[in-house]
Amino acid sequence: MTERDAALELLASRRARVAGALTAAVMAVYFGFILLIAFAKPLLATKLAPGLSLGIALGAAVIVISWLSTWVYVRWANRHYDAALDELRK
Amino acid sequence: MALAFFFLFISITLGITFWAARRTRTTEHFYAAGRSISAGQNGFALAGDYMSAASFLGIAGLVSTTGFDGLIYSTGWLVGWPVVLFLIAEPLRNLGKYTFADVVALRLRAVPVRIAAALGTLATVVFYLIAQMVGAGSLIRMLFDIPFEAAVALTGAAMIVYVLFGGMLATTWVQIVKAGLLLGGATALGLLVLARFDFDPTRLFAAAAEKYGDAVLAPGKLVSSPLEAVSLGMALMFGTAGLPHILMRFYTVPEARAARSSVFYATGLIGYFYLMTFVLGFGAMVLVGPDAIRAADAGGNMAAPLLAELLGGTPFLGFISAVAFATILAVVAGLTLSGAAALSHDLWVNVVRSGRSESDEELRVARFATVALGVLAIALGISLEGQNVAFMVALAFAIAASANFPALVLAIFWPRLTTAGAVASMVTGTLVTVLLIWLSPTIQVDVLNHASAWFPLKNPALVTIPLSFAMGIVVSLLRPEPEAEARFRALARQMHLGHEEP
Repeated sequence: MTERDAALELLASRRARVAGALTAAVMAVYFGFILLIAFAKPLLATKLAPGLSLGIALGAAVIVISWLSTWVYVRWANRHYDAALDELRK
Repeated sequence: MALAFFFLFISITLGITFWAARRTRTTEHFYAAGRSISAGQNGFALAGDYMSAASFLGIAGLVSTTGFDGLIYSTGWLVGWPVVLFLIAEPLRNLGKYTFADVVALRLRAVPVRIAAALGTLATVVFYLIAQMVGAGSLIRMLFDIPFEAAVALTGAAMIVYVLFGGMLATTWVQIVKAGLLLGGATALGLLVLARFDFDPTRLFAAAAEKYGDAVLAPGKLVSSPLEAVSLGMALMFGTAGLPHILMRFYTVPEARAARSSVFYATGLIGYFYLMTFVLGFGAMVLVGPDAIRAADAGGNMAAPLLAELLGGTPFLGFISAVAFATILAVVAGLTLSGAAALSHDLWVNVVRSGRSESDEELRVARFATVALGVLAIALGISLEGQNVAFMVALAFAIAASANFPALVLAIFWPRLTTAGAVASMVTGTLVTVLLIWLSPTIQVDVLNHASAWFPLKNPALVTIPLSFAMGIVVSLLRPEPEAEARFRALARQMHLGHEEP
């Protein structure tokens, strides 16, 4: 195995780790929400303020968190992954 | 007045189609828009492809008639996007050419993989098309006061013209225009609703609770059992990453970096839109009322247009209906195109002709496939009048998540995947999902009026996604395919660096 192959393999496993961790995080957030819907209906009915139940607040939070997670990945990839790819292209 | 707005929009989009038609010369143009789309444009086009009648008409309808439960769809349909970005988008762009089957077939024996992938693609596309046709039919029937059958046939005909003459470039531009219009229309409608509640969403929700009880702000009957909730959630989350018409979009951008950025833009646009569905749905519940909505359409699909008519009168109804119709037309065009690609690129060229076909011939087959899919969609759409379109699209997502997603993830990340494993995963995913939908309460109880169903879950994803992964892994381990594994190593460089100039 050449040095370049080794560098590529290292990079591949780094990307897989970042992608895997972020996927797991989003899954934990979403299925956490779904499991609350499934098993804790009264809890989600709790009112945080007039008109705002915990369920609606968490639903909105799931959408915002998902979007932020894509921002985190794009930032990582643009800074670190792309730089490493440029090294490999040389 | 409503009709004037409606036709204004249709003529604008047809203009775009003809402009693009003059530029569609090769297969590369027909399927992948000459790989000339920028990340920002593709972000809008992805959002356009994704925000279908299910999102606009279906979710608004579900929220307005069931309250919180409809929001399960809003959240579920967004969380699929991070998965697409983290796992699929970049490897797909770097490894494939036109369809997701390109990527799975790359290091396996191509013929069986392409046949299995075409099966999964077509099953997904057909279910998805039916839902859009039902949405369009309800809308056109209400707007023009013509029979449902004629309304569906009209939509189908317009769709065939779109795809036939424009291909991917026209479809992309229609998606971009439509995404802008849909976001603008939903925002305008949302602001009109919020203006009645001092621009405070919680006062809107409070008004809904006051009128229909606190229960509308909490999970209720729609997901009756815990298993049902998790199953629906899995279909929504993993379905996105298996949708052929979404995956195809990543080939229209010049490189992987643009594919990556485009998902970020798309997720932002779609997330904003789904937050807006909270307001539209509860707005329709409070201002129009669930009974009036159900009276207009049994599936609740007319909540947003009715809300528009109430708040902005006939011109606004015309505008929102035109936006909704364009939404459906554009999504249907994208779907048909990906179905046509599966039939002509995957089956005809690579299986029937063993990859030796002329570009001209592939294009002819694709156009023939477009007409065939259009006619099929019209026929099936007519037969499923009165179903909620968000619910039906969730079934298409279950097929995509079970048939396409596991094979694609295994092909990208697991060196030991074999041809037999990939085929087993895709075929099992497709057939078992369709079978379980057939045995579910939706078909057995709601459509066929039997007393009970053999399979308890309305959405089978909880069973079929793990089953499809398990089939892929077990079959691969039973009979290893050393050549496939060797080629995985060889392709690692292309997966990260893309097609390199020689």
